[in-house]
Amino acid sequence: MTLVKETAQAGKTAGDKKSELSTRIRASFQQLLAFASLLALVLFFSVASANFYQAANLSNILLSTVVTGLLALGTTFVIITGGIDLSIGTGMTLCSVMTAVFMTQLGLPMILGVLCGVVFGALMGGVNGLFVAVLKIPSFIATLAMMMVAAGLALVISGTKPIYTNEVAGFQKVFALGKSIPGLVIPNAVFILFAAAVIAGLILSKTVLGRYTYSIGSNEQATALSGVNVRKWTVLIYTLAGCFTGLAGVIATARLNSAQPAGGMGLELQAIAAVVIGGTSLQGGKGSIIGTVIGALIMSVLTNGLSIMSIPQEWQQVAVGVVILLAVYLDMMRRRQSAK
Amino acid sequence: MTNHLLRMTGVNKSFPGVKALSDMQLELRHNEVLALVGENGAGKSTLMKLLSGIYVPDSGRFEIDGREVVIAGTRHAQELGISIIHQEFNLMQDLTVAQNIYIGREPRVGGVFLSERRMNRKAQFLFGKIGIDLDPRARVGDLTVAKQQMVEIAKALSFRSRILIMDEPTAALNDAEVATLHALIRNFTNRDTGVIYISHRMDELKAVSDRISVIRDGEYVDTVSTTETSMRAVINLMVGREISGNQRPDAIPATDEVVLKVTGLCTKALLRDVSFELRKGEILGFAGLMGAGRTEVARAIVGADRLSAGTVELGGRPVRIPSPAAAAALGLGYLSEDRKHLGLMLERDVKDNIALSSLKMFSRMGVLDNRAMKATASEYIGKLRIKTPSSAQAAKNLSGGNQQKIVIAKWLVKDCDILIFDEPTRGIDVGAKEEIYSLLNELAAQGKSIIMISSELPEVLRLSHRIAVMSGGRLTGFLSNAEANQENIMELATQNIADGTTGTTVHTAGAQR
Repeated sequence: MTLVKETAQAGKTAGDKKSELSTRIRASFQQLLAFASLLALVLFFSVASANFYQAANLSNILLSTVVTGLLALGTTFVIITGGIDLSIGTGMTLCSVMTAVFMTQLGLPMILGVLCGVVFGALMGGVNGLFVAVLKIPSFIATLAMMMVAAGLALVISGTKPIYTNEVAGFQKVFALGKSIPGLVIPNAVFILFAAAVIAGLILSKTVLGRYTYSIGSNEQATALSGVNVRKWTVLIYTLAGCFTGLAGVIATARLNSAQPAGGMGLELQAIAAVVIGGTSLQGGKGSIIGTVIGALIMSVLTNGLSIMSIPQEWQQVAVGVVILLAVYLDMMRRRQSAK
Repeated sequence: MTNHLLRMTGVNKSFPGVKALSDMQLELRHNEVLALVGENGAGKSTLMKLLSGIYVPDSGRFEIDGREVVIAGTRHAQELGISIIHQEFNLMQDLTVAQNIYIGREPRVGGVFLSERRMNRKAQFLFGKIGIDLDPRARVGDLTVAKQQMVEIAKALSFRSRILIMDEPTAALNDAEVATLHALIRNFTNRDTGVIYISHRMDELKAVSDRISVIRDGEYVDTVSTTETSMRAVINLMVGREISGNQRPDAIPATDEVVLKVTGLCTKALLRDVSFELRKGEILGFAGLMGAGRTEVARAIVGADRLSAGTVELGGRPVRIPSPAAAAALGLGYLSEDRKHLGLMLERDVKDNIALSSLKMFSRMGVLDNRAMKATASEYIGKLRIKTPSSAQAAKNLSGGNQQKIVIAKWLVKDCDILIFDEPTRGIDVGAKEEIYSLLNELAAQGKSIIMISSELPEVLRLSHRIAVMSGGRLTGFLSNAEANQENIMELATQNIADGTTGTTVHTAGAQR
């Protein structure tokens, strides 16, 4: 028996150890590249305009990343499973409306209202998950449909008018613009984003749900044949993503102290762009939360920097589009190189 | 009567339109490696899927150690001690070795969090016990095919299996890896366990099995002792008719006309200075071990890979071939090795697949002539004995061997003058192999020129007029069919290039020019 092992044992040399390390480096390459690009952009804009590298502006950048960033965090899970969620933009709007409704028309205390908003998002996610996992509707179609439904419901429930939450004491302060950390000029919303990112990262890398996210994305059939209840876990994954959508809706309401029922459409594509720039593959099986965060930051740094340089908004959109193309192309090139 | 490890009787299974298994029976004894053989479409795959809980039988009785069991799903089959290693691996490429093995039962901390360290330790312990060398933290997608199979085996063995089913385990392994696998199998088999080994390779069955069970067309035929039965007899049981083996090519081509001349072919990755000629009406066999560079030569010639040096001449004229499409336009066709992924549109039907490379032939002003396509498809379904209910059947529903026949038909329709067949009968059963062989001979007799790459030496000897042998990216020799045998081919195929000696070419009159 050991004959087999002995002859094979000889193979594991220092060379193998070295190639192990270089494989790990190559695997994180996309993240390193994304981070380097972020730094390069910051550097570029700092040089190009004196107004960029100011505390107030940087704080602005972070604040503008929050809503898209939260959506991107949640949808990272969905994309790693090989699916896509087009409903997160209008879904966020619906959650925003529902949070306002919970707190004003239903008179729930603030914390409870916020919690209900998040749970509502989770429920929407769960419905998406059921369509995809149980009814076997392709995620593109199922979430596209949900996107329309959510947009419509937001208008219906709100009566097509904004719902103001000024009467809810402290809402805007606690969940958006207040600066609760002494000594720093960073608004609370930003801390919520980073806390959410840490939690998302832990879930993805250290829990069973995270493991199955990668597994389903890598080979759904093999995962099912290995005895994992793929249906159940897919529903749970979409539900988790929905929590982030709900939270994004809460923060969106808090920022403006009102729920705007007509917005949201288009945010899903920005969130997906952030995820892709960060190195997550749309084919599934690969990705990370750190990458998503960096991707979201790259997008906001880009739009902020361009507008500080007085580049018109239309051109900003062109720039973002080009960045997405570059990021995905570079990723494909790198993938092809490592496959050789 | 002693109890068998596994016994099934009266098993029936039907799918819409086809009865896959009819009154099937099988017996696996303790401490036994039982080979299961049958032509493509005989029902082996269905049988295995029933045993592993993927399908549910329409009727039948299953017994393990004499006690009746009803297999209720894949998890249950695993719990009963039945593990199956499929032909196509069920691995998640982006996960690590240990993550794949323990998927669904990962060691946890606090019920929700994973303990990666404990899992890797468990895996390492398992590998030590079985005696294989794997890194638990290696990403499966980065491993060789042989190593990936080791992962599958380790996974199966980690379930404390008693019945191990292996479906064509050596299709992608070289000889050393096959030996390792057989050692593992012998190690696994003891008085509590048994192995069902499905394979087309007769020499392997002789090497590793104790008995051989034969099934045909969904029915049980017989079980024979390996040592007491000749392979010829087994093959006859499989096909139900006499097969004559050990033949040699029918005729030597009379022409000297060189249709393809390759000089000094090099690629960045592997090939060094490959030169040869192909004559009209000739079948030139390419032999060598896996990784010798035969597929690379084919891909380089048809333009699928870039040449770093070398020239190609067709009919005496030097040509530049930038892509397989250009090659096809020049009358040079290539049937790739991995037909399922590189040769078929699985979602389309047989008719569309067969017509794919020749759509221009079937279209008038851009519009397709469906009736002509159907007629051509029927013609080739008959010629190649493709087992399909009709030409409208989706390609993905056919068995592996029949899928390959569709790809062959596709290129035959294209009417290329030079054809490169890469492993033409991989996964094709014995009966159908004969048809492919006579087809190749027919094509050569019609004046087509064929390069045949094959890892099965009997096949190479059976068909090739001349044999080119490769090793380590170089051509190590040419042999005429008369002088070639398995030994001298092997010798040339294992010639060591690393020490700088260039390959010796074995010359006899008329062998190489």
